[in-house]
Amino acid sequence: MPLSETQLAANFADIAPPLTVDAALLEANKCLFCHDAPCTHACPTHIDVPAFIKKIATGNLRGSARVILDANPFGHSCARACPVEVLCEGACVLNDRDEAPIKIALLQRHATDYVLERKIQLFAAGPNSGKRVAVIGAGPAGLACARDLRRRGHAVTVFEAKPQPGGLNTYGIAEYKLKADVALAEVQDILDLGVELKTGSTITAIEPLLAQYDAVFVGIGLGSTKRLGIPGEELRGVVDALTFIEHLKTHPYRETPVGRNVVVIGAGNTAIDAVTQAKRLGAASATIVYRRGEKDMSCYRYEYELAKRDGCGFRFYTIPERVMGNGVVDGLTVRTSSGSETMPCDMVIVAIGQGERALTIPKDPRVFVGGDCANGGAEIVNAAAEGVAAAKQIDDMVRTHG
Amino acid sequence: MADLKTNFAGIESPNPFWLASGPPTNTYGQVAKAFDAGWGGAVWKTIGEPIINVFSRYGSVDLGQNRMMGFNNIELISDRPIADNLKEIAEVKRNYPRQTIIASLMVESNREAWHDIVKRTEDTGADGIELNFGCPHGMSERGMGSAVGQVPDYTCQIVEWVKEVATVPVIVKLTPNVSDITYIARAAVKGGADALSLINTINSIVGVDLATFEPQPSVAGKSSHGGYCGPAVKPIALHLVSAVAGDPAVKIPISGIGGIATWRDAAEFIALGAGTLQVCTAVMHYGFRIVEDLIDGLSNWMDERGHRTLAEIRGRALPRVTKWEELDLNYHLLAHIDQDKCIKCELCWTACEDGAHQAIRRLPRDNGGPVVEIIEEACVGCNLCAAVCPVQECITMRQVPNDYAPVTWKEYAAGEGKLAPRSAQFHTATWSPSSK
Repeated sequence: MPLSETQLAANFADIAPPLTVDAALLEANKCLFCHDAPCTHACPTHIDVPAFIKKIATGNLRGSARVILDANPFGHSCARACPVEVLCEGACVLNDRDEAPIKIALLQRHATDYVLERKIQLFAAGPNSGKRVAVIGAGPAGLACARDLRRRGHAVTVFEAKPQPGGLNTYGIAEYKLKADVALAEVQDILDLGVELKTGSTITAIEPLLAQYDAVFVGIGLGSTKRLGIPGEELRGVVDALTFIEHLKTHPYRETPVGRNVVVIGAGNTAIDAVTQAKRLGAASATIVYRRGEKDMSCYRYEYELAKRDGCGFRFYTIPERVMGNGVVDGLTVRTSSGSETMPCDMVIVAIGQGERALTIPKDPRVFVGGDCANGGAEIVNAAAEGVAAAKQIDDMVRTHG
Repeated sequence: MADLKTNFAGIESPNPFWLASGPPTNTYGQVAKAFDAGWGGAVWKTIGEPIINVFSRYGSVDLGQNRMMGFNNIELISDRPIADNLKEIAEVKRNYPRQTIIASLMVESNREAWHDIVKRTEDTGADGIELNFGCPHGMSERGMGSAVGQVPDYTCQIVEWVKEVATVPVIVKLTPNVSDITYIARAAVKGGADALSLINTINSIVGVDLATFEPQPSVAGKSSHGGYCGPAVKPIALHLVSAVAGDPAVKIPISGIGGIATWRDAAEFIALGAGTLQVCTAVMHYGFRIVEDLIDGLSNWMDERGHRTLAEIRGRALPRVTKWEELDLNYHLLAHIDQDKCIKCELCWTACEDGAHQAIRRLPRDNGGPVVEIIEEACVGCNLCAAVCPVQECITMRQVPNDYAPVTWKEYAAGEGKLAPRSAQFHTATWSPSSK
């Protein structure tokens, strides 16, 4: 039976709801204000965490948000989607006092929500430098780069193949962590600095841009999900994880098809996002199938725990051999140490990683690369850090050589 | 179990914990409830010609999320008729004969007025009288409260008038809003006071509303300085209690008041010479029930330490309060960091580097080992690092023994004694960007 709208809304509500004002003050006052703080070191964008938390404690939320967003243009989405357990919160010194770490992500959200909800524009474009930069890809890397280029006064045009900007922030983060409207609001803040955005615009060659622009930043992300390469992959009911999640994030919940018994192949963070969301959409069973063991999974430990709490199943040392069905999926034949078996299922979600994009990136000192296409696929915060770093390099270059 | 019974200037109490004169002691119902909860005594809310209060009366200072770290009030003395107060005091005394009940009094400064109120009060059977010479707001504008307690001659005069008719012990409550409290204490003794109580509240403005620029607590947009109390004032009160208790010209019992909220606070006041303890703000915050742990904690501590009576601990810290010039210059300390306990927050480094003596060295974070170490030749043993360290017993101050006899400044300045050698590196640290 399909889930009710109310149940669906509850299933996709914020997994980490915002702090109340009192809770934020209590938490902020717990921060020790470390010198040379490990949390700041752990953050790829090196947000001055003690500084922004202290400002929350003094009631200076605007100043707090500025500290965050100055270092990380995607400080808002990072507050909701960052793997803080392995970054800032994992580095908090309170862990060494056998206490829970400071809730840095929730405090960061508290401060950034404040300015986002009030549409407070914290930054301004710099005086016009006369330089022009093309950015390919309106994901976190490209837009982080674009924002810092605008702050330095350079004209920026962003080319985006999709109809909406934001990249995976808009289309690919688990719905219970970050919703598309929030991601788009954050993007709008950046666009409001005077970034020219061309959506629906696929760049097939970089060289022509070099003739028109002083520099090019490439932040195109990765390509589509890799194929399994097993028989039956073309059957109806086999879908790749990113397409499944994108559909969920761009349609009312009820309109995203989900099987009754769903198998997800792969054990990375995207596989977890797929399996939990299939379950939350109403699948009776949602099971991860993984060819190796529990310890080999590339997903974060807490993501694994989340999927288990959601009631998802896990089959380890289980190798998919053939998708079964007559036009439509009705099973997945797998090989295990005890031989072959067919798992009955009506949906197979493939989450075994993304391939590379087909765009050739020329070796040219005026071409800069960042984000998933450069790092092989990482977090929003890595993309943001690389975009910010590239903006500085581009600025240095165009001012020195331009 | 330790004996907490108290004899204070002849007044017997089952324990030393009295409610101070204030809002918690305004009515029969409150005081009866307090005695049922275990309080040893209560000083009734100050009685005088009834006043009219403003509505907004209290202001509070929070520290982080800790509410009411400091507290102030612009409330005046009792707004109830004198006859009602006296009737209820008599009733409490009748129903709670074992507990101590003290009447706090404040009337205009003439002999007849004081004679009249003292006589009427004694008819209630109250165990004693406390003269409120300390209230710093409102009443002082009318020539009462601290307007009396700030002038030794007035203090002495009114105590004399009271003692002309009083048959029960007379306690004089002192204001801290003076340059030297011992002058006032001596004046009270001269006038014949049987005991002193201190401190009353401290002149204060607790804050300003930054949206409206109204000082707090605001009364229709304006405020007036009020009396500051609560945990924030305890150190001031401890100092003034020790100053009075240590004054050889005083030598009468002292009831300690000022920020007492726990049995530890109480024990410290007793150690500095207090005979009984008066509590108000903590009760306004948490209610009468706090007396249970005041009694239980003090009693357990005394049992563990082998102190059987309060007399055994009263004033025990007093001989250790001296002038600075009597302190030993050859007592050398060194900070010690327990690296196993260190959580690597580097607060000690920041504090020492910016705020003290540049005696902590930072080590690279990425080597996995310690991140801070004491520069022994630069450490002056000031305690700051231990004070800021968020881990219990992680930084401790250790004595560095030397072969030199103790020498005080007084002796040294007189050419006596020898100073143990001190590091040549004190005050030589310099900052450079690379040391960041």
